Amino acid sequence: MFLELNELLNASPERPEQGKLTLLCDTKTDGSFLVHHFLSFYLKAGCKVCFVALLQSFSHYNIIAQKLGVSLTAAKERGQLVFLEGLKSCFDVLFGEEQHVGQTNPLRFVSEDGSNLKTMYEFVRTSLMASGSDSWKCPVLLMDDLSVLLSLGVRPVDVLDFIHYCRVAVCSQLKGNIVVLVHSNDDSEDEANELVVNSLCHQSNLILWAEGLATGFCKDVHGQLKIIQKGSSELKAERNLLRIYQYKIQDKNVTFFARGMSAAVL
Amino acid sequence: MAALATGGGMPSDGATSFQRKVPASSRLATIAGTRPSVRHGQLLLSSGLPSLDCVLGGGLAVGTLLLIEEDKYSIYSNLLFKYFLAEGIVCGHNLFVASAKEDPADILKELPAPLFDDAHKNQVNEKETAIKSKQESQESMKIAWRYQNLPRIEVSPAASARIGHYYDVSKMVSPELLQSTKWHRFFVPEEMSLHPEIKTCNMTCGYTRLLQSIQRIIYQEGFDGSYPQKKQKNILRIGIQSLGSVLWGDDICCTDNPEDIYSLTKFLYVLRGLLRMSLSACIITVPAHLIQNKAIMERVTNLSDTVVGLESFIGSERETNPLYKDYQGLIHVHKIPRLNSLICDVSGTKDLAFRLKRKLFTIESAS
Repeated sequence: MFLELNELLNASPERPEQGKLTLLCDTKTDGSFLVHHFLSFYLKAGCKVCFVALLQSFSHYNIIAQKLGVSLTAAKERGQLVFLEGLKSCFDVLFGEEQHVGQTNPLRFVSEDGSNLKTMYEFVRTSLMASGSDSWKCPVLLMDDLSVLLSLGVRPVDVLDFIHYCRVAVCSQLKGNIVVLVHSNDDSEDEANELVVNSLCHQSNLILWAEGLATGFCKDVHGQLKIIQKGSSELKAERNLLRIYQYKIQDKNVTFFARGMSAAVL
Repeated sequence: MAALATGGGMPSDGATSFQRKVPASSRLATIAGTRPSVRHGQLLLSSGLPSLDCVLGGGLAVGTLLLIEEDKYSIYSNLLFKYFLAEGIVCGHNLFVASAKEDPADILKELPAPLFDDAHKNQVNEKETAIKSKQESQESMKIAWRYQNLPRIEVSPAASARIGHYYDVSKMVSPELLQSTKWHRFFVPEEMSLHPEIKTCNMTCGYTRLLQSIQRIIYQEGFDGSYPQKKQKNILRIGIQSLGSVLWGDDICCTDNPEDIYSLTKFLYVLRGLLRMSLSACIITVPAHLIQNKAIMERVTNLSDTVVGLESFIGSERETNPLYKDYQGLIHVHKIPRLNSLICDVSGTKDLAFRLKRKLFTIESAS
């Protein structure tokens, strides 16, 4: 986890929030550093994490998590982390033997006609359900990333249904958190994707939006992070808090600074 | 001790046969034609063009996909495609060539010939003499007889530490070099005629067959580690030409509202899984300028690791622009992967152009 980002979000591993939906969004840049942050944050906080990793392999996340001070293999062994490697599951669905695949592979929808994410929802629910011997804090669902589901033939309404079901199960019933990564673009022609992103922006409590700089590539400032925190109470009509910072990604850390205050400029 | 020194092969720069003890994980570096990245030990291959390797941050990582958006008449994208395959031949990798319009055997015959500079020629000669001298030194050792039965220490020749070769576009690769390469083919017309139409997982038929073919080769030849007893690991270089064009049975290139917009993206997703679990690298050329539905190209870009777009000046007003008079086109690097690390080795220059001189194809910053 990045300590500066924790300060900006006023979050601490000792008291993780509960029942929140956090949306991670990236435009014209790679926002996966935010996924690594939340993964190590929640593992350090002692929460049970279900990580649905659709785009990269387990070793990729493991190597980066080790740089951030968390071992994913150890977390898996002690039952704190349930890791769904999308690429491997998809391979099993298409090339595996029938009896091994069974009916419970979460990526079954790739080979079937419909865009039914029910098996994936069941997978998430069973992995985050508290079993008697668990001593973990609130459960967390982490998804990287949701836009891939649209590329695999799932309709946007089914994606939104899936998120809704997960919110009911994880945020409301189990008092846990959900963190989801999506891609977006201002001038994107991918209407289905924009539909999902807009809808999730509306539903989420916290939005972290990583954008590439509008002026182009820069070696010292890799991008700009917009943090939008929704007002905690709709009744009092509190205004949403919008803050913008710029960041630079280093090997084991990400530094954040106010716009125009990059160390290279000062 | 002298017998022991020559028994280890002749290093070209006079280094001793002493080998530093390295941890088991980095022994992968002994695969020919690859080198570990300085940042995180990820194995890198050369794409065939040393200047493109620089732009991509050292090379193409093993297990990743390089997507090339074709230029208008696919002239230069075919050239990059051939460079990739030619590099595989020179490094001794296995090839898998898939195409819908050209027979893979014809593609391989037209690969550019490698240019060996003098230093490399000496190394090649030295490798040959080293092999001969190894055979001669099989006779019994007189002084160090206790070391007689130890296995010969293999010092990796300096040539394999060098990745990236130069090619002469005006010459074709020699048939002898081609014959020594192990390669597999996938030619859409002949695959389609072999079996009747089947559609699994709702992908276009051509894509399904191609995936099955690639998975079969990876499994049978052991690129996914299924034969651990095979000591000599090798890389499989997969080249797919003009994916998404009409000849593959997909209509995304010829209509605004294609029948199935998910075939290509599903194919890329499954291919990504196959690549990540095997020692392979893939180059795909896609006629992006023909795909009307831009959403598809956005999704394709998100599903690929490295995306490079080519824009040639043929027929455009830039052909006569004095700024570009030395160049034949521009190269846009749309995406570079961040693998096993938060950062990537992206080069600082963003305005890149390419030029094809009589023999060489180079990428430079347009200034």
